[in-house]
Amino acid sequence: MTIDTTPKMRWWERLAHPGQFVAWTTPLVWPLAGLTAVLFLLGLWFAFFNSPADYQMGDTVRIMYVHVPTAWLSQFVYATMAVSALGTLVWRHPMADVSMKAAAPLGAAFTAMALYTGSLWGRPTWGTFWEWDGRMTSTLVLLFIYLGIVALWRAFDDQLRAARIVAIFTLVGAVNIPIIKFSVDWWSTLHQPASVFRADGPTMPGSILVPLFIMFFAFTFLFLTLQLVAMQTEVRRRRVATLERKAARGEAA
Amino acid sequence: MTQRQVFPPLSLHLRALACGRGGMVLVEGLELVVPAGTGLLLRGPNGAGKSTLLMTLAGLIPPLGGAVELAGQDGEAGPAIHYCGHRNAVRPRLGVAETLAFWTAVNGASGLGVADALERVGLARQARLDAGHLSAGQQRRLALARLLVTARPVWLLDEPTAALDAEGHGLLEAMLAEHLAAGGLAVVATHETLDLAGLRTLDLGATA
Amino acid sequence: MSGFSALLRRELRLALAHGGEMLTLVLFFVIVGAITPFAVGPDQALLARIAPGIVWIAAFLAMLLGLGRLFGPDHEDGTLTLLRLAELPLAAAVAAKVIVHWLTAALPLVLATPILALLLAMDGETLGRTMVSLLVGTPALAGFGAVGAAVTLAARRGGLLAPILIAPLSVPVLIFGVGAVSPSGGPDQAWTALLLLAALSLMAAALSPLVAALALAWGEE
Repeated sequence: MTIDTTPKMRWWERLAHPGQFVAWTTPLVWPLAGLTAVLFLLGLWFAFFNSPADYQMGDTVRIMYVHVPTAWLSQFVYATMAVSALGTLVWRHPMADVSMKAAAPLGAAFTAMALYTGSLWGRPTWGTFWEWDGRMTSTLVLLFIYLGIVALWRAFDDQLRAARIVAIFTLVGAVNIPIIKFSVDWWSTLHQPASVFRADGPTMPGSILVPLFIMFFAFTFLFLTLQLVAMQTEVRRRRVATLERKAARGEAA
Repeated sequence: MTQRQVFPPLSLHLRALACGRGGMVLVEGLELVVPAGTGLLLRGPNGAGKSTLLMTLAGLIPPLGGAVELAGQDGEAGPAIHYCGHRNAVRPRLGVAETLAFWTAVNGASGLGVADALERVGLARQARLDAGHLSAGQQRRLALARLLVTARPVWLLDEPTAALDAEGHGLLEAMLAEHLAAGGLAVVATHETLDLAGLRTLDLGATA
Repeated sequence: MSGFSALLRRELRLALAHGGEMLTLVLFFVIVGAITPFAVGPDQALLARIAPGIVWIAAFLAMLLGLGRLFGPDHEDGTLTLLRLAELPLAAAVAAKVIVHWLTAALPLVLATPILALLLAMDGETLGRTMVSLLVGTPALAGFGAVGAAVTLAARRGGLLAPILIAPLSVPVLIFGVGAVSPSGGPDQAWTALLLLAALSLMAAALSPLVAALALAWGEE
């Protein structure tokens, strides 16, 4: 019986050490932030001034340029969390759990944003701020999963112990999300024979696609920037916690 | 009838072992061997890491560095470790003999029979009672009886004398002596003295 | 597999020794169903229409309530630690506990459903379908519940957090569970829902002990 664990993997050593990670990624933050800002300016200009209003919905269709990317991002961020979870459990990468923890509140925020913009968009279309249509309902359940994961992180005093447990729950969620989507779609066809609004219309002229893609990239880079900063913050937070513990035990820092 | 179980010659190797909880290293640089037939006494102040070390040796917590190895183990044999922690794993509503029978079924009936084990630890008269009626010291004896019904070579005991009276203390020493004589090895964390041959002492207070 | 059956027997023995708790869960189930008319009004037609949904919600809540006993006592008295060191794989031990949990928490609820059927103006055929759907779907609830309980065992105030984690996962179970009862889409749709429900339960039964065992071991470390 041999119990042998060496936390660091040799070939990831550069990136794996938290201090190295912060040092390596700090020069990236401002350029990424700048790129994000440029993409947003570009995308919003296109969205407001260079794309057509919908023949049915008028100018309110422009909210699609925020709603669709945030909806997509809500799933992309979960995929990031799931990959990070695998990184924590399977590859034992030391920064994987930091990535997982940083992404959770960001994912929750983007999902909430998607629901909010979807609700605003729905008001002129449905007449109410909320309809239990398939997509919105699945997104709502996804928001609950995100919030549950955020709460789970906060419920542990020992964040390292929490990491593997949250990772396995994230993977359980990842397996269940397609099942939830399928079941919610099935359920919504039972109760609502008429489909409500479609995020993408029957035709997608180029003038809609260009701002949409720019906004996709803008939001994705926004996520990447925020994720990096959040990871750095988490590394620093853990360092502070370690120092506090050492001080409590009366050791030198 | 006492069971003379001869264990295969195992030895517990600690190689540059570092252990701790919550990312904090409590003990590090442990390099020693516990050969068959000997015992290791863990001493140290509260918080020095005795319990953490025992749990690391048991495989319940991963080491923060280094390795624990049980050399000489037969691959076919089942789990080799008996761990006795602070808690007794005794459920009040189950019977005394019933509790022991359960552990016999789960861990394997390679040691004493339930009746014999209860006799050995002095709980024969309480066999049919619900475990909840036992005193703290008696529950501790029941926990120790678990070590007798399944023969495993490695005993990791965390404060085994807690709540035991003088007679219970003597019982523990006798059990340990028999275990070591049969070729087993033991690591015991305790504040009390154990009158036993073949015991070395590891003071964790000095290492911290 | 003597260790597995020994654990099954012990869990059953403990659950029956704490028989009062089983009754409490059944009582909770009935009470949740019974207070619904106070909230939505006693109109028979309305109650009959939403009765399967209410029964399912009451069953879901009752099973959430019973989760504390699944791993809590073993964690507190150190049995869980010892089970990790046993020859029996921890996943098998968890499977035994979940099976007994289903037998002692879910099965009594199914047997108590006729009481709710009476209170909520459910007709005989709907009652039968509801009981079948509960039988088929509660294993999935038990499985997801076990995962939620295992994940929150080592957390602070884990008991509050577990329902929040389990609820989103249980959405498909509720959807298919009620879908298997309500004939609004026709018998074909009800049958489809029942099959999907069975698939969910089988998946949960197979995978949840493994996941829960991992979470339990990591929680102790």
